[in-house]
Amino acid sequence: MSADLIADRTVDPIADGRIARRFAALKAEGRAGLIAFVTAGDPDATTCQALLDGLPGAGADLIELGVPFTDPMADGPAIQASSLRALAGGMTVRKTLELVRTFRAKDSDTPIILMGYFNPIDSYGVDRFLADGKEAGVDGLIIVDLPPEEDDELCIPALKAGVSFVRLTTPTTDDRRLPAVLTNTSGFIYYVSIAGITGTASAANTAIDAAVERLKRHTALPVAVGFGIRTPEQAADVARVADAAVVGSAIVTRLADGLDEGGKARPGAVEDVLGFVRTLAEGVRGARA
Amino acid sequence: MSRPNTYRSGPDERGHFGIYGGRFVAETLMPLILDVEKAYREARADPAFEGEMRQQLKQYVGRPNPLYHAERLTELLGGAKIYFKREELNHTGAHKINNCVGQILLARRMGKTRIIAETGAGQHGVATATVCALYNMPCVIYMGETDIARQAPNVFRMKLLGAEVRAVTSGAKTLKDAMNEALRDWVTNVADTFYIIGTAAGPHPYPAMVRDFQSVIGKEVRAQMQELEGRLPDSLVACVGGGSNAIGLFHDFLDEPTVGMVAVEAAGRGIEKGPLDHAASINGGRPGVLHGNRTYLLQDEDGQILEGHSISAGLDYPGVGPEHSWLHDVGRVEYSAATDQEALDAFQLCARTEGIIPALESAHGLAEVIKRAPTLPKDHLMVLCLSGRGDKDIFSVAQHLGVSL
Repeated sequence: MSADLIADRTVDPIADGRIARRFAALKAEGRAGLIAFVTAGDPDATTCQALLDGLPGAGADLIELGVPFTDPMADGPAIQASSLRALAGGMTVRKTLELVRTFRAKDSDTPIILMGYFNPIDSYGVDRFLADGKEAGVDGLIIVDLPPEEDDELCIPALKAGVSFVRLTTPTTDDRRLPAVLTNTSGFIYYVSIAGITGTASAANTAIDAAVERLKRHTALPVAVGFGIRTPEQAADVARVADAAVVGSAIVTRLADGLDEGGKARPGAVEDVLGFVRTLAEGVRGARA
Repeated sequence: MSRPNTYRSGPDERGHFGIYGGRFVAETLMPLILDVEKAYREARADPAFEGEMRQQLKQYVGRPNPLYHAERLTELLGGAKIYFKREELNHTGAHKINNCVGQILLARRMGKTRIIAETGAGQHGVATATVCALYNMPCVIYMGETDIARQAPNVFRMKLLGAEVRAVTSGAKTLKDAMNEALRDWVTNVADTFYIIGTAAGPHPYPAMVRDFQSVIGKEVRAQMQELEGRLPDSLVACVGGGSNAIGLFHDFLDEPTVGMVAVEAAGRGIEKGPLDHAASINGGRPGVLHGNRTYLLQDEDGQILEGHSISAGLDYPGVGPEHSWLHDVGRVEYSAATDQEALDAFQLCARTEGIIPALESAHGLAEVIKRAPTLPKDHLMVLCLSGRGDKDIFSVAQHLGVSL
């Protein structure tokens, strides 16, 4: 890949991947997408695999799969708890990739983006992780604690390996900084709609509209909006202006509600979560009708 | 690894000491981190900032504190001539206040109106609450629920000083979780809040900034030793958790080839027992990324952070400052370790021979002095950083000795 291609922030360096194809299809349909987040291995690999495999059928257009970490510094209580459940259930980076591989055998179109923190990947080994991830069917990465200042660590190697590196922009990313944040990003831009952690406050619609508009002036990449979207109505509001709405904590909380005292999924828990995802998808699909 | 021309030039402009350090934080914090860096650079170049800091360290903290010849201990051990740098005589009883004075002056300079901090044993929390009272700033201290139970007197002290102590119930409920929670608060309140990090770790510029504020320790030792003995010390010893007192003592001497340096990690129940039984990140961990920096960490084979153990709540952290990781790799500083039992023995010996009850953290450094001094000649000048006083530890020591108070 040539250096100028990486540096041009208006062009997706991975233009032929599943993520680009999915956003092109959504555009053709004239609607926004739903990005559903679940934590890998929450509460165990079997339950998570069933949930993951059911997400496209429930209307998730893209999937964010959380790689659990002991110290999720940007996450609120719901995703913290879900990470600890997954780790207690024995989830690892290798087993996370295994979930993706099994999913990919049945679904070759729905993009999967791994979301998490750098240390488990650093520990696994960046080159090995990218090779194994690509092979398993991973399309992109969102790594919370890797700002552009640390691009050499994973972002550049990922782009070279053909794995998208999706960058987070936030209400604190000012105009001076935005070009640096958009450079080397790939797949889509993830707009974090509040200054804060996941699953807590929600931003005002007007603020989200203005932020998406501003990002659109700086990039041709799709813009997804996340943090604080909990209901089909909120998802619909976001879907009116953004290219995708991300829902994480609300889905993870729904799963937690379906666990028994021992932390095992009660019968029907997965179906209940998928039913909730279906309502979110309906919200998103009806937004621009 | 080739020997650098100087050990004092780090970090580079991206905050790296060799491969360690950096700025591994969420995008929301990044603009603020860059602001802190810029404000700190400007403050250092401003004589008024330096002047106010010097004034407060003298009038409020009580610096310079003595470099004290521990005569009875020297005699008892029968080798090196032992000096204590008496950081425990500072206001609030530990070296932590040196850094808090610097950071709160910077926070004010930046126009921030709210302070947050993490604390393990409570020493940094008390020091932060103290400077917040002094400068009339609202202050929230994050402290793990487990530590709150272990350190009740310091919790009450912080409250008396007007701070709000928030119990952290996530994760293992100790220092690393308190730091996670402080980072979560910061990300939510970026506009008005300054995070006073207590040790020489975290995202750049914190490791360099905390080191600079603590390096007053080593600068005083240099001047005091010159006055007392007319020369440089031969060796320096300090305990290391995150490592702020150690880097504060060492930094001024790093380019003096005749000065040896030993940093003492907490070996807990024994490093050989595995990473759940100690808090020795360098001796028993491997490099990784946590809390904004790359450094040696206690972690499992999958990169999950492990909860270390030490009798001392102030050393009970699964990481270490990034400059220490680098100083270890280049071989400039020796990193050894002392067990809970060795620290307990040193704690009691110090009380009986010198009439000083040291913090359990500092007792780890003293344990190394006890091992090393007898093997050295009488003209060897050894300095221990007595980083804190042990009043806060009497309850846990009593418990370990089977005494009920």
